[in-house]
Amino acid sequence: MSATPITEGDLQAYADGRLPEARRAAVEAWLATRPDEAERIAAYRRLATEVRAAYEGMISEPVPERLARAATRRMPWRRMAAVAAWVLLGIAIGAPLGWQVRRERIVAQPVPDTVLIARRAAVAHATYSPEVRHPVEVGAEDEQHLVTWLSKRLGVKVKAPKLDEAGMGLVGGRLLPGENAPVAQFMYQNQNGRRLTLYVRTEASKNRETAFRYARENNVGVFYWIDREVGYALASADLSRDELLKLANLVYKQLEQ
Amino acid sequence: MDEAKRLVELIPRLRRYARALVGERTSADDLVQDTLERAWTKLHLYRRGTDLRAWLFTVMHNVHVNRIRATRPVDPLEDDMPELAQPQRQPDALLVRDLDRAIARLPADQRSVLLLVTLEEMSYEQVARTLGIPIGTVMSRLSRAREKLRAIMAGQPVSAKLKVVK
Repeated sequence: MSATPITEGDLQAYADGRLPEARRAAVEAWLATRPDEAERIAAYRRLATEVRAAYEGMISEPVPERLARAATRRMPWRRMAAVAAWVLLGIAIGAPLGWQVRRERIVAQPVPDTVLIARRAAVAHATYSPEVRHPVEVGAEDEQHLVTWLSKRLGVKVKAPKLDEAGMGLVGGRLLPGENAPVAQFMYQNQNGRRLTLYVRTEASKNRETAFRYARENNVGVFYWIDREVGYALASADLSRDELLKLANLVYKQLEQ
Repeated sequence: MDEAKRLVELIPRLRRYARALVGERTSADDLVQDTLERAWTKLHLYRRGTDLRAWLFTVMHNVHVNRIRATRPVDPLEDDMPELAQPQRQPDALLVRDLDRAIARLPADQRSVLLLVTLEEMSYEQVARTLGIPIGTVMSRLSRAREKLRAIMAGQPVSAKLKVVK
């Protein structure tokens, strides 16, 4: 015979039919001499049956259209709209740039290089940050591989700053085409699903340094700066200017080391 | 495995739980919709091979808690789905109404535990993981929820005296 005293936890598990055989027998023996407790536990069982019966109908009911849609669509429509806006803007920006390449048809003023990095970073942010299934090419679980790969492709040593102290966890990164050379993008996300991307490219003119500059492209805020051979742009559509600045400082500090 | 497909398969269970949790169909489906949308934006955080159902109920729990905190006023324009009489084999409609009212009187944290155990038939460990609370807390909330529900359904005044869970 088990001498272990019967606990309230045992009684709850008994009411749920979750006790192992031996323990169940012990509880039943205990209840047999305590009619009040037996009645209480029996009432719990009845109630559980009633609760299950009361809501069982929901299981066989057809799923409303709006829920079926919510379960299958990849992006909320607002994000879709944002991406669509960016595609149009991309055409607007891309068209004059395309013409610059064909020298006989230069129609646009040359855009300052530093402004370009902000735009490129904003477009890249708007393109990939709404992605649910494929936000990155290489996930944070393969961070070492990601960093090695991107460093090799860019030709400079890049690393993914740690932004955990600001509540931003690394999602991963990807390689992107830049004007003249490959570009790296790291993506971060906080608890609330807000995303941040760091765009990293190599600079043609070495040994140039700039202060932080801020640009707002469509609804994406970007802090960008150049540190010798590398240009950085930190972009987010979800964070305020102040939040972004704090993160930019954090990134800068880490990359300096 | 396609998570999207499993997500769809789990909708009826999410609806049942939400319906019992919030006590009313339209708000329940709003909760399910918000949960599904949230699940999509967080899907990359879900670890494949782990329990998708528990993960989804965690998402729903968080969405629900945030909604309670925000206590946003109900927009009457969104109320486009009137309460329809369900033609199918309903249990006693009066009993459902009484249960709705009784469950609504349970504190929110006890209600979640009771419903996950009773409706979803989750193990106590799964409930603890889903709600992010220790298993001892699961047991004490379950015990309190049941006792309170019993007292309400029996028409007794709800006793402040609580069972000590060991």
